[in-house]
Amino acid sequence: MRKLAALPKSVQIGIWLIVAGLLVILPVLDHNGSHFNLLADAGVYVLLALGLNIVVGFAGLLDLGYAAFFAIGSYTYAMLASPQFNLHIPFWPMLFIASGVAATAGLLLGAPTLRLRGDYLAIVTLGFGEIVPQTFLNLNKYTGGPNGISSLDTPSFFGHSFGFSAIPYYYVILALIGVGLWLAYNLKDSRLGRAWMAIREDELAAKHMGINATTTKLAAFAFGASYSGMAGCVFASKLNLVSPDSFQFSVSVLVLAMLVLGGMGNIPGVIVGSLVLYTVNFIFLPQANNIAASVNLHVDFTNYRFFIYGIILVSIMLFKPEGLIPSRQRRAELRAGHGDPALAAQEQAQFTKVGAG
Amino acid sequence: MALLHLHDVSKAFGGLKAVSDLSFTVDEGAIVAMIGPNGAGKSTVFNVITGIYTPSRGSVEFDGRRIDGLKTHQITSCGIARTFQNIRLFAFMSAIDNVMTGEHCRMHAKIWDSLLHTPGQHKEEAQVRERARQLLDFVGLRDEQENYARNLPYGSQRKLEIARALASEPKLLLLDEPAAGMNPREKEELIDLIRRTRDRGVTIFLIEHDMGLVMNISERITVLDHGEKISEGTPAQVRADERVIEAYLGKPA
Repeated sequence: MRKLAALPKSVQIGIWLIVAGLLVILPVLDHNGSHFNLLADAGVYVLLALGLNIVVGFAGLLDLGYAAFFAIGSYTYAMLASPQFNLHIPFWPMLFIASGVAATAGLLLGAPTLRLRGDYLAIVTLGFGEIVPQTFLNLNKYTGGPNGISSLDTPSFFGHSFGFSAIPYYYVILALIGVGLWLAYNLKDSRLGRAWMAIREDELAAKHMGINATTTKLAAFAFGASYSGMAGCVFASKLNLVSPDSFQFSVSVLVLAMLVLGGMGNIPGVIVGSLVLYTVNFIFLPQANNIAASVNLHVDFTNYRFFIYGIILVSIMLFKPEGLIPSRQRRAELRAGHGDPALAAQEQAQFTKVGAG
Repeated sequence: MALLHLHDVSKAFGGLKAVSDLSFTVDEGAIVAMIGPNGAGKSTVFNVITGIYTPSRGSVEFDGRRIDGLKTHQITSCGIARTFQNIRLFAFMSAIDNVMTGEHCRMHAKIWDSLLHTPGQHKEEAQVRERARQLLDFVGLRDEQENYARNLPYGSQRKLEIARALASEPKLLLLDEPAAGMNPREKEELIDLIRRTRDRGVTIFLIEHDMGLVMNISERITVLDHGEKISEGTPAQVRADERVIEAYLGKPA
């Protein structure tokens, strides 16, 4: 797996196509609907992680309030495709509207934070992530307050309603992930992608390359947010209801942890990371409860969620800080300081000093 | 013809006047140097020219256009590129990616080209990559294309910074202590590289402490001390100027 990036591009594309083909025919092979329910939900998180990867992995802008955009995407669908305002915009255009609204919110968050970096940026995005669900919670008149908005429109495809089956959602999210992957790979290997990397590496030097740091960073926020807008739209329509508790800080942390676990900046790593953490969080933990209950042990393992994340994250940081499937860059960066400490410190100083004298 | 013209430029940081009432010109096609003791304000001048600082007073004119007040990335597009005293490469990007990033401001790909990889984008990427290869070749780093900037030897990092700066197709190249930390052989290569760069039609303006190198390649030298210009002229004139000797060695007792 580590050598994946070293394979020729045609082989890499081949691997992606085989995986995609298997996923497409999976519903024919497996008739257990609940599996597709879980897979569709997992797909929502994959899409979220792909979007956050653009902001954090590519452009190096630490965003701790990513769930806000997820919330905005979900509520956009809920408000425009439900009896709430008696608006019933169909699901397909809503995908684009939700992602557009989220991207606009990304720009709005991005604009005031452009001068901030690292910890400071993280704190502001954290605040944004708190403000958005609070706003939805308190705008009772429009958002239904703590109860949220329910009986959202069920999507339909050429007149066939999705109904209660998870399989249509599974295909929708699969298609969105496919498109999202293609766009993310395109971005990575482009003028804009290089500009993001340059800003991540050294913003001052990047400006000297003629890179407009303002628009480049805003583009990262907007693209990142647009992924979560689409994810929110699917999430809301599938759940058939939205409420503010679905978008707590823990969601932002979960998605970020997916990136850290998988390998920030590396797309296959991000997918693996999100699937692993999703499995732990939504399959393994509830399952553990059932097992415990069967031996008359009444423990709610889902309460230990953060404890378990903590263990996973600390272990990753200790043993494989670059993530499970890291990008070449990230591995080099995080393994850089392991030589002579004096030399490493000197190098560090060399790269962080401002060009003044 | 003057390519760069500073008119009475001053830059103060609070009470500290880093540069005061500095005027000078850099002629097109020349190799000129600025010297001066540590803390004389040389790098501040570079930072004013490239828009990191806006001058407190005075103006900067480049290629017939006022550039003070423009943003750094706009100034780069106007045709000024630089290297840094403390190398500031994109450490964890390959050598060729560093140079390709340098071409950013000459590229035309819009957001949707980057997003959708349009045919025009493919063509441009190929051209940009090819040009980056040629530039790496020009500075003598042909075989280091895929190595991380960080993993290159020190002298090569300096050369890579020059290649990256040249990628933006500058008219004026600012070199901030390009020979710092180089051994004699690397310095010779550097002198050759600077001359070859000038022969491509790029005007060179450098800050340097290595007097051997400065006297060897510069056509004109400006001397700064405490933020003020104390001398200006050909290497021979500057070398003979008593005020320069004073600034470096102190007054005779």
